Amino acid sequence: MDSLGLLWDGFQAAFTPMNLMYAAIGVLLGTFVGVLPGIGPAMAIALLLPVTYGLEPVPAFIMFAGIYYGGMYGGSTTSILLNTPGESASVMTALEGNKMARAGRAAQALATAAIGSFVAGTIGTILVALFAPALADVAVDIGAPSYFAIMVLALVMTAAVLGSSRLRGFIALFLGLTIGLVGLDLNTGQPRLSFGVPQLADRLDIVVVAVGIFALGEALWVAAHLRRRPLDVIPVGRPWMGRSDWRRSWGPWLRGTAYGFPFGAIPAGGAEIPTFLSYVTERKLARTDEFGKGAIEGVAGPEAANNASAAGMFVPMLALGLPVTATASVMLAAMQGYGIQPGPQLMTDQSDLVWTLLASLLIGNALLLVLNLPLAPLWAKLLRIPRPQLYAGILFFACLGAYTSNLDPFDIALLLVFGLLGVMMRRFGLPVLPLILGVILGPIMETKLREALTISGGDLSTLWSEPLAVVVYIVIALLLVVPPLLRRTRPGLDERMHEVIDERDDKELVER
Amino acid sequence: MSGIVVAWAPNEYGAAALEAGLVEARRRGTSVVLVNGTRGDRLVDDRFASDGQIGSLERQLVEAGVEHEVRQTMGEDIADQVLSVAEEIGAELVVIGLRRRSPVGKLIMGSTSQRVLLGAHCPVLAVKP
Repeated sequence: MDSLGLLWDGFQAAFTPMNLMYAAIGVLLGTFVGVLPGIGPAMAIALLLPVTYGLEPVPAFIMFAGIYYGGMYGGSTTSILLNTPGESASVMTALEGNKMARAGRAAQALATAAIGSFVAGTIGTILVALFAPALADVAVDIGAPSYFAIMVLALVMTAAVLGSSRLRGFIALFLGLTIGLVGLDLNTGQPRLSFGVPQLADRLDIVVVAVGIFALGEALWVAAHLRRRPLDVIPVGRPWMGRSDWRRSWGPWLRGTAYGFPFGAIPAGGAEIPTFLSYVTERKLARTDEFGKGAIEGVAGPEAANNASAAGMFVPMLALGLPVTATASVMLAAMQGYGIQPGPQLMTDQSDLVWTLLASLLIGNALLLVLNLPLAPLWAKLLRIPRPQLYAGILFFACLGAYTSNLDPFDIALLLVFGLLGVMMRRFGLPVLPLILGVILGPIMETKLREALTISGGDLSTLWSEPLAVVVYIVIALLLVVPPLLRRTRPGLDERMHEVIDERDDKELVER
Repeated sequence: MSGIVVAWAPNEYGAAALEAGLVEARRRGTSVVLVNGTRGDRLVDDRFASDGQIGSLERQLVEAGVEHEVRQTMGEDIADQVLSVAEEIGAELVVIGLRRRSPVGKLIMGSTSQRVLLGAHCPVLAVKP
């Protein structure tokens, strides 16, 4: 019950007018970027990083938390009203949600998504408050070799397990690790990959990399595919649910939360798998044959799973300093920007920040519900913003952010380079997550590796000298070997997932 | 083939233009081509007709008993899309719906109608709802 006491203290710290205001701004901004496909919370936080350096860490993280949860919620609006899932996590919501909307039940679909998000987000955040301190307690004793192994596991999982192809995943990962190498070697002071350019010797600013890949890359990609046939949006009033909708929704909400949270906490990369599992479960449990024609369970379950996994992400991030999603990586970069060292000691060193953050996640979640139910028609209007104006604004903030971090025009050129890299990655279907994780985890991993090798006097066998490390390496080996074998013997999760998605009669996903 | 080009959108201006265009078509005994254009630079464009709206438009046209064609076009400029269809079919008349605007509003917003008026090679009928 100790955690709940600390959480209560966090609430008291979060309940200042200023902090509440930042939570509200974050939630509104998050929903804004979540509603617009192609722009997500990771990009929004990256764009805001330079702006928030003037703030204290606590309000900044309250705002980031609001953006994160708001983004998760906003995505469901677009999926339901437009059948255009902004991210892979809302694909399952779009399946039934859009059918519901077409059948004139858009208000109920939006309501079950919003309330389900609230329920799952609240349960998820409380679970984070219970699990993260326990995990951090254990993690403090983890030695450098095991730590290194866990980070290798996270990178291999995001690169190999997710996405359409392993090759693409690993290309993105190694690009990221290479970008992370640029700068002075921390031990010997030798410049690496700096090509004699003094600005490069001083480590690449993570803001420039993240903004370049996310914001500039997306803007250039959109500019290259500017004109597309407009989609039909389904008009909606204020979301509400009838009594039978409530009765049918609460089961899927809870089951979705149960699927989502554990998957969010492991580096299996976000909500793709749990939303799918939740969808399939609800479909099996359904007593009516309404599935495929707009069943409310098919919206409630995946949407809850999506938000629970969004909450689960905070467990490894706060307890281990290990980001498992793009948004978490950018948040981790923000912590480093404040000089806060992420890792197991975070829970004790920065306990004020952590508990205020968790409390404000709960507050932000409640704000989301209050703001979004009445504002849904307004959010739908955002879809009418012309792309040229929207992306001009994003480019403006991107350049401003890159420039203000060092007041050096060189960073603008660097931004352009990473923007072009971002476009090429989108063009060739390289996933962005492994790259960003590589950039952020690479240097931390190197520190741990050096630490381990220094203690052992350069003896490589120290890397598998701890039992935990050995277990983790076995897990990595299994992850790399088992799925291809399974795929050969029987159709795996992937194909079943694609079968479900292919059943959509309207396959007009955003081409990306 | 010659005919009447109607710049159409699913709103009151489009309806006014269609009404006037049908009257002219019957009087002249020619066909109408409806052009519904979009710049295609936003996710949702209310002036670009959905399949359902096109369906009810087709029914309305069949009822009117005039030879017709509906085109949905996409490009940088709506006026250019209307004009290029007019040129292609050698239109004898272009019908557009015009909105009332103050001189300052005109200065700021520019005008699709104005570009059609100035750029067309044939007479242009501008109607107000």
